[in-house]
Amino acid sequence: MQKIGVFVCHCGTNIAGTVDVKAVAEALGKEPGVVFSTEYQYMCSEAGQNLIKDAIKNYGLTGIVVCSCSPRMHEATFRKTAAAAGLNSYMVEIANIREQCSWIHKDVKVATEKAIVLGRTAIAKVALNTPLTASETPVVKRALVIGGGIAGIQTALDIADAGYEVDLVEKEPTIGGKMAQIDKTFPTLDCAACILTPKMVDCAQNEKIHIYAYSEVESVKGFVGNFNVTIKKKARFVDETKCTGCGICTEKCPMKKTPNLFNLGLDNRSAIYIPFAQAIPKIATIDADYCNMLKNGKCGVCSKVCAAGAIDYKQQDQYIEQQYGAIVVATGFNPIKLDNYSEFAYNESPDVVTSLELERLMNAAGPNGGTLLRPSDKTHPHTIVFVQCVGSRDTTDCGKPYCSKICCMYTAKHAMLIRDKYPDTEVYVFYMDVRTPGKNFDEFYRRAVEDYGVHYIKGMVGKVMPQPDGKLLVRGSDLLTDEQLKIEADMVVLAAAIEPDKTARPLATMLTASMDTNDFFTEAHPKLRPVESPTAGIFLSGVCQGPKDIPETVAQASAAAAKVIGLLAKPALKSNPCTAHSDENLCNGCSSCERVCPYGAISYVDKEFRMPDRTTKVRRVASVNPAVCQGCGACTVACPSGAMDLSGFSNKQIMAEVDAICR
Amino acid sequence: MSMNEFKPKIVAFCCNWCSYAGADLAGTNRLNYPADVKIIRVPCSCRVNPMFILRAFQRGADGVILCGCHPGDCHYTTGNYYARRRMTMLFSMLDYLGIEKERTRVEWVSAAEGAKFAAVMNDFVKTVTELGENKRLEDLRCKK
Amino acid sequence: MQEVMKKRAKELLASGEVTRVIGWKKNEFDYDITPAVFETAEAIDRDFVYDDFCGPNLSKFTFQHQKNDTKTLVFLKPCDTYSMTQMVTEHRVNRDALYIIGIPCFGKIDIEKIKADGMTGILSVTSEGADVKVHTLYGDKTYVKIDVMAERCLACKSKYHTIYDELIGEEGEVMETDRFDQVKELEAMTPDQRFEFWRGELSRCIRCNACRNACPACTCESCVFDNPESGIAQKAAADSFEENMFHIIRAFHVAGRCTDCGECSRVCPQHIPLHLLNRKFISDINGYYGEYQAGEEVGQRAPLVNFTKEDVEPDVVAKGGK
Repeated sequence: MQKIGVFVCHCGTNIAGTVDVKAVAEALGKEPGVVFSTEYQYMCSEAGQNLIKDAIKNYGLTGIVVCSCSPRMHEATFRKTAAAAGLNSYMVEIANIREQCSWIHKDVKVATEKAIVLGRTAIAKVALNTPLTASETPVVKRALVIGGGIAGIQTALDIADAGYEVDLVEKEPTIGGKMAQIDKTFPTLDCAACILTPKMVDCAQNEKIHIYAYSEVESVKGFVGNFNVTIKKKARFVDETKCTGCGICTEKCPMKKTPNLFNLGLDNRSAIYIPFAQAIPKIATIDADYCNMLKNGKCGVCSKVCAAGAIDYKQQDQYIEQQYGAIVVATGFNPIKLDNYSEFAYNESPDVVTSLELERLMNAAGPNGGTLLRPSDKTHPHTIVFVQCVGSRDTTDCGKPYCSKICCMYTAKHAMLIRDKYPDTEVYVFYMDVRTPGKNFDEFYRRAVEDYGVHYIKGMVGKVMPQPDGKLLVRGSDLLTDEQLKIEADMVVLAAAIEPDKTARPLATMLTASMDTNDFFTEAHPKLRPVESPTAGIFLSGVCQGPKDIPETVAQASAAAAKVIGLLAKPALKSNPCTAHSDENLCNGCSSCERVCPYGAISYVDKEFRMPDRTTKVRRVASVNPAVCQGCGACTVACPSGAMDLSGFSNKQIMAEVDAICR
Repeated sequence: MSMNEFKPKIVAFCCNWCSYAGADLAGTNRLNYPADVKIIRVPCSCRVNPMFILRAFQRGADGVILCGCHPGDCHYTTGNYYARRRMTMLFSMLDYLGIEKERTRVEWVSAAEGAKFAAVMNDFVKTVTELGENKRLEDLRCKK
Repeated sequence: MQEVMKKRAKELLASGEVTRVIGWKKNEFDYDITPAVFETAEAIDRDFVYDDFCGPNLSKFTFQHQKNDTKTLVFLKPCDTYSMTQMVTEHRVNRDALYIIGIPCFGKIDIEKIKADGMTGILSVTSEGADVKVHTLYGDKTYVKIDVMAERCLACKSKYHTIYDELIGEEGEVMETDRFDQVKELEAMTPDQRFEFWRGELSRCIRCNACRNACPACTCESCVFDNPESGIAQKAAADSFEENMFHIIRAFHVAGRCTDCGECSRVCPQHIPLHLLNRKFISDINGYYGEYQAGEEVGQRAPLVNFTKEDVEPDVVAKGGK
């Protein structure tokens, strides 16, 4: 039999004003199992808590009920109080007689009666409470960052700075991501490479960071604090330990007609390549789709010229298994494919380009060495039309319903850079709205309009028609003047919407992390936990969570790192002990519980049971991993045999509460 | 007992993350609803077993209401979707057995909807009061 | 048919492919058929029967008498295969230890219908095609089979087998049925009428657990109603609500898993139409969440452990249903 203590709080006059606290304490003192019942002005005060501690010791209480404010307010406080007096902190129940009683009722008699019912309900529950102990799981002091763009780089650097090992997995041969392809950055117009490449070098030189470039995550098992990850290192056909990055092979390779993906296919490279001069790691990679040696067994030039003997045509994919305490997703984005937008003639004319292609066209390391030339005839363009929101804020099925967020600013940047370098070029920007929240952003946009004379036109482009003379006839409408416009342009630049990288969806499945309908990762709370996934131990960095510019991405990357560091700094993880557990004697092994578990916390084992006739029988039974279970209780109702129950909210406890209310 | 004196017994199951917080907010804002409503806190609406609801009726409850996070907002991502199916099935069965369908209800109440919580409870108590005592589902033996 | 089955069973026993055979056995009366395990050719020759009284669903019997270390042959009618498939989905039977032969079914006779017609002193009943001949102490009478067929067979949902290793006879098809007609009739009544109907039916329940014991979806290691720890275990139908609670919870526990085999109503000694509870759930599931037939294929996800974001709200009931 439990020895229960009841503590009724006045909360000043908050409770005592409408509830006769003395009558409540007296009535509850008569409930079965209650050996001590009292009231006090402020139970949460030090004196109030001491009163509870003393009573626990003096009366040998095995459970306590505090009739006070909402458990959301002070349950944690009173649990600590109990623990300090040597009582298991889960032997505490709160009767909410403030928010759910004194504050909503005016009549003292009515409120007092209700407070007594709420009190006896809590007593009925605590009588069935059992001491619970949070299980502890050790934390592997190593983090995995998936994606080596600016988000992944920043997260990895910050975690490594705190002294933890970090593995950075990047699917391309080099880290750097989209930022490496960008020419200049808004709103400061400093060169992207100048601020990014030092960070890439930092990553390479940091002893705590291990870069797995040209690699992908193959499988993820385990749970927070103890993930078991298999990483696939794709064959480069070049021995990383030997290659010095000298580049002789790329010069001598005869297969020069390989599309240069780093320049978005705007020019060509050799079949063996280093994506760009500052690549990290600076190791050559053979493009197996174009290499004559790998395709037909004829050539072998690179192997002959490589002084280090690094070429290995027989190299296989390698699989690496590693344990991690935390995983950060930084898979980034891509511009959408524009196949659904034939009106802009993107597939028809090489002079219609996306904004990211324009970045390469304007970049000193780009196909034209930094001189802006039309891709079709390499002439200087005199009229350029920018079209904003291509596929963004599009509620038809063609595009994306969301705002891609970065296009307004980079278009202003492009317009400004072009007007600055080529003052004879006229620049028109068609926009739906110009959105410039952000530090110095609106000022930047106004400079484009006011100082650089960029023509901003509110309206959409209806059609781009390539002309026989090579010009592009742009037809659009100006909504402010209500005019139809025709512009003869030399180039058209489309601000294509951005979407999460295609690898994100299968990765989310592996991680059991949730995604929204646009394939952006969902955060644990949209406002209060923006860098955590609802799946414990999975953190989000950069555009994989939603469209962001570079400063925001870096801020989120550091925030994710801080969360990871906070996790890795813990010696062990204490989990919520209110988790589900299965009575294997009752379990049917039917898998109903497993199907409703949102966390994959339930697995099955074949177990031997002794039967009454002394034979043994092997049965399939459920087993709950308490480190993964979050305690929702979905499984308890899915279970037909009643084998599954939830600690802290057991079937019997809830039914006892029901009975106490209906008594 | 005349209808005026009839005070129904109402059991309200509230999920910890949204509806229980919504009930707290109703309290913080001093929004009145009848004292006949007694709340049982559960981690999620998906924790509520139809057995609990039948048990409440068996023990003399006149109405049972289940409140959870709005679909799509579940703290555990999917819990309320399962609760929604289970309760639809249970309510349909009770109706099929001839039990007044107004005695059971599901409402989605967020942590910000204190006013909705109070309004829902006022309405539910009014409905159940008009129905009168729950005779069809009560186990007389349990009413000592 | 019976002879083909016996021959095949003996072959499989003789070859050592199986060591046991689960089928039907005739008892004192022609119409008193029970499931049985046969282990020898002699036993098969003597007792094995397959006729229009072989109603019992052998899936549940197979579950109760399964052995892991040896292979058992089991004959399953189309509707029995649905139950078996559902059990395999739920890992309740070891499929590898079973050799399943699908056999055709042309509807089973309900002896209660013959008795209800005033026939007493029944000596034997023989069924040939559409004729059912009843021999009694007081004379013979011939019925048209459809008039004495079990209700569940009149609303047969399928002549198709969802699980088997081999088939004897022709494979049939899934059928259009009007099996929800009675549910619709009840739905059309007023709540008061429905309450009166069910109180009349359920109050006859003697809590003998026959429905539970026959139900192929009720395969729990331990039933919540037998477990004092569950908080709902009850010994007898002492009061108005006890049996309601038992039957509602039982129907709920098998909701989405019940294949509508009709065993519950067949075995009820009080003739309570229990299948109308299960059919209500099936009809609701079909109406609210899309057509679903439990036991159609192995690995199906039952509707109550599934959801869509667009599911109807529970107030659909208060608003008058589908």
